[in-house]
Amino acid sequence: MYGKGILKGIGVTLKHFVDTYIVDIKYPGKRYGTEEGIENRMSKDAAGIFTIQYPEEKVPLPEEFRFVPFLVYEENDDGSKKYRCTSCGICAKVCPPQCIWIERTTDPKTGRPRPEPAAFYIDVDICMNCGLCAEFCPFDAIKMDHDYELAVYNRLENNIYDKEKLGKPVSYYQAIRPSNYEAEVRAKEEAERKKRERMAARKAKAAAAKKQ
Amino acid sequence: MMTDQATLETTDKIIARFPEWVRPDERDGYEGYLVAADHLVEFAVALRDELGYDFLSSVTGVDYLPEGMMEVVYHAYSSLGGGALVFKVQVPRENPVVPSLVGVYPGADFQEREAWDLLGIRFEGHPNLKRILMWQGFAGHPLRKDWKEAYYEADAKPFKSRWPEGKVRRAEDLNPFGKNVEYPEGFDPSTWVFEGDDAIYAGIREIEKPDDIETEQIVVNLGPQHPSTHGVFRMVVTLDGETVVKLEPVMGYLHRNHEKIGERNTYLMNIPFTDRLDYLSSMSNNFGYVMAVEKLLGAKAKPPERAEYIRVIMAEFTRISNHLFAIGTLLNDLGAYFTPMLYALEERELILDIFEATSGSRMMCNYYRFGGVARDLPPGVYEKMRELVEDRLPRKIDELDRYLTENEIVRSRCEGVGVLTPEEAIAYSAVGPVLRASGVPYDVRRADPYSIYDRFEFDVVAKYHGDVYDRYLVRLEEIRQSIRIIKQALRDLPEGPVMAGKPQYQVRVPKGEAYGRVEGPKGELGFYIVSNGTPNPWRYHVRAPSFINLTALGKMCEGNKVADAIIILGSIDIVLGETDR
Repeated sequence: MYGKGILKGIGVTLKHFVDTYIVDIKYPGKRYGTEEGIENRMSKDAAGIFTIQYPEEKVPLPEEFRFVPFLVYEENDDGSKKYRCTSCGICAKVCPPQCIWIERTTDPKTGRPRPEPAAFYIDVDICMNCGLCAEFCPFDAIKMDHDYELAVYNRLENNIYDKEKLGKPVSYYQAIRPSNYEAEVRAKEEAERKKRERMAARKAKAAAAKKQ
Repeated sequence: MMTDQATLETTDKIIARFPEWVRPDERDGYEGYLVAADHLVEFAVALRDELGYDFLSSVTGVDYLPEGMMEVVYHAYSSLGGGALVFKVQVPRENPVVPSLVGVYPGADFQEREAWDLLGIRFEGHPNLKRILMWQGFAGHPLRKDWKEAYYEADAKPFKSRWPEGKVRRAEDLNPFGKNVEYPEGFDPSTWVFEGDDAIYAGIREIEKPDDIETEQIVVNLGPQHPSTHGVFRMVVTLDGETVVKLEPVMGYLHRNHEKIGERNTYLMNIPFTDRLDYLSSMSNNFGYVMAVEKLLGAKAKPPERAEYIRVIMAEFTRISNHLFAIGTLLNDLGAYFTPMLYALEERELILDIFEATSGSRMMCNYYRFGGVARDLPPGVYEKMRELVEDRLPRKIDELDRYLTENEIVRSRCEGVGVLTPEEAIAYSAVGPVLRASGVPYDVRRADPYSIYDRFEFDVVAKYHGDVYDRYLVRLEEIRQSIRIIKQALRDLPEGPVMAGKPQYQVRVPKGEAYGRVEGPKGELGFYIVSNGTPNPWRYHVRAPSFINLTALGKMCEGNKVADAIIILGSIDIVLGETDR
C-alpha cells in the first residue's frame, strides 16, 4: 500500500508524543526537580520528555568535567593561604594557547628563585579547557574547576584571573573531585612511607658501619 | 600493511621502468620515491593504469626553507587495499612550478589549489588554479615559513614571555586591528573598489543554448549564511529555472590556519587543537594524530592492550555519535525539520555523557596521548557503555529505521539523486560512506588495518546505487556494525595500564615523516607530519575527508534541482571545521 512507510513513521512519532504525557502521569511529582528524575532522564530508560530543565534543574557534572583551572591553596591555622604552586612553570609551558602567565618570586637577599608565584594570571578568554595544565602539574597545585557559569558583562575588566581569583581551598577541591583527591592523598602517603623506609635503611646502614 | 616482499616488488618494478628520473628517498626517516618534476604526469599515469594505484589520497606541499626547496608529497593507494605509495616532487623555492595531476586523478583538484593558496606552488595545467581557503585578493602564502601571522609572537611555543617573568597582556592590545597587512606601492585603501567575486561568477556562466523561450541563467549564492549548509559554506550555482547547470563550492570561511598553528605548537599541544577539526567526532581526530606521531616515535610508544581497546571503543562510539548527527541533519535538510534530528540527538546525548565522564568534555575530548590514553575509565562508565550497546542503541536504531527508511517521501526525494558512479568516486578521491555507497567497499579498518581492528569481526557496509538514499542506508548500517565492534571490545577489555611509560609533556620525536590515517566517521582522516627533531613539527598537514569529498559535489549536482543540491550536500556530511581547518 502506498503510504505505509509514512504511516509507520507517524506511528513512531505518535508514540513519542503520547509517551511525554504517560510517563509524566506514571510518576507524578517525581519527574522534574528531583535527583531521581534527572538521573532517570539521563539513563538508558529515558522516555518521554528528555530535556533537563536548566536553570531550574542542573545536570550533575561527572567528576572529570573540566572547565577553567583554579589554584589550590592550603589553609594555615591563622587563616592565611599557602598556595601549593611553586612557580615551576610547567603549566605555562604546556598550555596550548599559552594563556598562563607566571612570575616567579626571587628572594631579595640571595637572588635565587623561591618556590612560590609572585603573580599568576590566566586569561580565561583564551583558555581552551583542555586540562593539560592540571594533568602535568607535579605539585597538584592547579586543577580544573567545575564552575561553568562565568558569564560577565565586560570581558576586558573581568576575564584575566589573577592569583586571588584563581585560588580555592583544598576542601573545595575535595568536594568537587573526591576520588581524584583520595588517589592523590594515597599517593602522597605512599611516597612518604617509602621515604621513611629509605631513611631508616640508611640510618641502619650508617649505625652498622659505625659499630665496625 | 604491504609486506616487505610486496614493497620490494613494487620498488623493483618502478625503478626498472623509470630509472633516470625516479629514485628512492634516502633521507633519514623518510619513505617513498622522488620523481623529477617534468616526468610526473607520465609516472602518475603508469601508477594508475599499470601498477594499480588508482586512488590518490593526499596531495600536500612542504616548505623546506633551509634547503631552499619546496616539496609536493603524494600518497597513492590501491582501491583493493594495502599500504601507501608515497612519491614526491622537489622544486626550487623561488619559482615553484609542478605539473598538475588533475588530468590523471581529478581528486587532486582542491588539494592542488590549497597548495597554491597556502604555499605558492604553481600547478601547471590545473583548470581552475584560484585560491581556495583564503579570499581572492589575499597577498602572500600563509604556510610559508617566512610568513608571519597577525598576532605573531615567536616561532615556536612555549613562548618565553609566559614564565618566569609573566607580564600579562592581551594580544589585541599589542596589535589592535589584528593586521599584518602590507599595502603595495601607490595603493589607497579608501579609494579602492573590491571587484567582487567576478572570477568565480565568470567561471561558472555557461554559454546559453539558443531556445524558443527567451530565458536567462541566474547565478545564485547558496550560503555562506544558510541554515542547511552545515556550517559556513557557500555554493555558487548557475540555475536554468530551478535546475542546477553548474555548481562551484567556495570554502574558507572557517579557515583558522590550523596547520600553521600546528607548526608553532609542540606535539602534545596539538592534541586539543585536533579536537577542533571535525568537532563532532573529536576522538577520531585525536586518534589519527596520535597514530601519526606514534609512527615516528617507534616501538617505545606502543600503547598497552587496555589502552588499545579503550581507543577502539571510543572511536566507534564517536562513529555512532557522528552518524546519528548526520542522519538527523540529512532529514532536517529534507524538510522533516527537527523531529527525526532530535530523536537521533537524544541517543547522541547519552554517548556524549560517556565522553564527559571519561575525558572531561562532551565535544573537545583531548583524551588520547602518545602511548595510550590520558586516564582510565572511571567507575560506572563500563556499565553505562554495556547498557547502551546491549539494550538502548540497537532498540533505538531499529526505531529510527522503522521511522525513516521506508518513508515514501524520503525515498522519492533521495533515490536516484546525486548519483556517483564507482569509477568517479575513486577518481575524485571520495572516501567514507560516500565511497562505500557507490559500491567500492574500501574501509581503512579493513584495507590497511591499524590499531587492533584486525581482531574484530565486522562487515564493511557497501551499497551499489551511489545516491543519497544509499548514503543514508550506509550510515545507518554502519551504526549497527559499530555497535557490534563495541560489544566485542567490551567483552575482551583486559585489565592493565593505560599508558606506555610515564606521561611526558616534552616528547622527543625523531626526524622523519609519517602519515597516519584512520577511518573516521566521514572517511579517511590522515595526518601528515614532518619532524626535524625539534619539539615542534616542521610540517603538519591534515588530509580532511570533508574537504576532498566536496570535489565531487559539482559533478553530483548537475542536472538536479536546487532542493536536491541541499540534500546532496547533506549526504556528503561535511563539517566546516575539517573542510577549512
